[in-house]
Amino acid sequence: MSSVALEFEGVWKKFKKGEKHDSLRDLVPAIFKSLISGHHRDALKAREFWALKDVSFQIKRGESVGIIGANGSGKSTTLKLLSGILKASKGSIKVNGKLSALIEVAAGFHPDLTGRENIYLNGTILGMRRPEIERKFDEIVEFSGLEDFIDTPVKRYSSGMYARLGFSVAAHVDPDILLVDEVLSVGDMSFQQRCMEKMQEKIRSEVAVIFVSHNLAAVANLCDRAILLSKGDVVLDGPCEKAIEAYVKSMGSWDSKSQSGDRGIRFVEAQFKAGAGQTPHMIKPHTPCEMAVVFECESRIPPFNVGFTIRRTQDMAYGYVATTQELGHPLFELIPGERLAVLFQFDAHLTRGHYRVDLNVRDPKGAGFLLAATGVASFTIDEQITSHGLADLGLKANIQCVRARDQRPRLIQVS
Amino acid sequence: MGFLWAIFMPMMVIAAGILVRKAFSVVSGKPMEYQAVVSVMVKSLPWAFFAGSIRTATNSLLANSNLVTKIYFPREVFPFSSVLAQLFDFAVATSLLVVLIAFSGLTVGIQILWLPLLLLLLILLTAGWGLFLSCATLFFRDVKYIVEIVMTFGILFTPVFYDAAMFGEWSRVILLNPVGSILEAINDVVVLNRAPDPYWLFYAASWALGSFFLAWIIFDKAEPAFAESI
Repeated sequence: MSSVALEFEGVWKKFKKGEKHDSLRDLVPAIFKSLISGHHRDALKAREFWALKDVSFQIKRGESVGIIGANGSGKSTTLKLLSGILKASKGSIKVNGKLSALIEVAAGFHPDLTGRENIYLNGTILGMRRPEIERKFDEIVEFSGLEDFIDTPVKRYSSGMYARLGFSVAAHVDPDILLVDEVLSVGDMSFQQRCMEKMQEKIRSEVAVIFVSHNLAAVANLCDRAILLSKGDVVLDGPCEKAIEAYVKSMGSWDSKSQSGDRGIRFVEAQFKAGAGQTPHMIKPHTPCEMAVVFECESRIPPFNVGFTIRRTQDMAYGYVATTQELGHPLFELIPGERLAVLFQFDAHLTRGHYRVDLNVRDPKGAGFLLAATGVASFTIDEQITSHGLADLGLKANIQCVRARDQRPRLIQVS
Repeated sequence: MGFLWAIFMPMMVIAAGILVRKAFSVVSGKPMEYQAVVSVMVKSLPWAFFAGSIRTATNSLLANSNLVTKIYFPREVFPFSSVLAQLFDFAVATSLLVVLIAFSGLTVGIQILWLPLLLLLLILLTAGWGLFLSCATLFFRDVKYIVEIVMTFGILFTPVFYDAAMFGEWSRVILLNPVGSILEAINDVVVLNRAPDPYWLFYAASWALGSFFLAWIIFDKAEPAFAESI
């Protein structure tokens, strides 16, 4: 079997939006109307839109690829095309091997049947043979953690139990290609952990995995490569971190437009400075940094505090979140026309990666932000020791090597 | 309980049929023949199978829209499984009828060997129309109301309670309905112990095979659009 598991070649997918004749009652008059007026076709063209535009990619065995992008960028359409639920309008899709989709894993359940019966039903729908299900039955039940409820009709299950059973069945299908759509968000922490492990196990066993999620941390964790889609186009197909970074940048680069909220206060300027002699966008860990920001009050607003957030863009992990109130300052009160300047100072005890600063203005008594801006500044930490973890703890290792008896131990200092 | 459900609908049809036959005999002044009662029974069961299958198959894709849009597997399974479930009920009801007929002393002749072929034609016809209608309902929601009305009154246009022969010259018009010609052929081989009319048998067989394969082709062509049209 060739090493290419999946191939998308110039795939286009068209959908129609707006009114559709889904009854004969509407269709018959519509046909007469179009016969009389004649320019029905153009009107139809205008209502079409392309969900995918000339998308091409290849996925090899044992590769795990994330598909990311904003809502409506074509992620789910891509998965549905791969799984055969939808058919491409143009282009060719090649699938080598058995494909299994973890999309809405509990879709095949019958509410009146018990968990046990549904394992058989759903397993069959997903393409397993009866002896295969029998062999894996205990494993499936154990994985779901539903031993005590396996003979209860699934309609009595909680939504978490439902999803756990669904995932457990789907995860025990032995596919060559696995499609996963946002299903890891089910279950509690420990179940999610088990799901992640199961997926990693699949990746190791030469299964091609395609993972669609808005959980960028999970994508970063699971995938080596990611495809960034935007409005049906492939924007970037490359290493996971690059794609996530590009995605996050496309979501929130700071300009006057990305100020949300017009509740009487606005940013006048925001400036980011990093320690002496370093370019502000590429800094070493522990560098002292300054974020200066000026607000102007435009109309009467309630007392507020200013929130400061640092996030790592490759997985959207929080580096630090605090408000001026939490830092010990009283709430600020401004009258229209007044300005407030805040200087945040911090040391970037962060590990390698790209980070962004978000700022917001908030009335602690009210709901939501008076003003929020994402990506006010961004910087990259240039560090070569570790790529995992969030905080640079300045870790050192003292090694003591205990030799044979009666010999003095040597002490090696590692810096 | 499942057993009782299987015979509930045919029992109702049979009861209605016997009532109609009784009315015929009152109007015509002739006593009701025993054979007429058996004939109503023998024709009612296949009709109940046909009507039940068409009704459930028509809704089968819409009722499982969840599966159609979320998981890919051959969608023919839905209408076929509806027909299969009805076939099981039909088998249960038939075995009961066989016992009844055996006790009543009706003898069946060699012509009964035609029966498997006739049932096969009925199943093919039912499955074909079920396939077509399930897919038609998916695109046009009001098809299911049309089917509902046609199935409710269809029994009066089909020789179930009466025999096509009662219409004399006009019996051909009645037999144009392929379900009617199959039911009459079943009546011929089971009750009257005579070979089915070859002309009408051929007519029914062409309908059955033609609609089955044509419906499958249509279903197959339309299937890629199911998920986005449902």
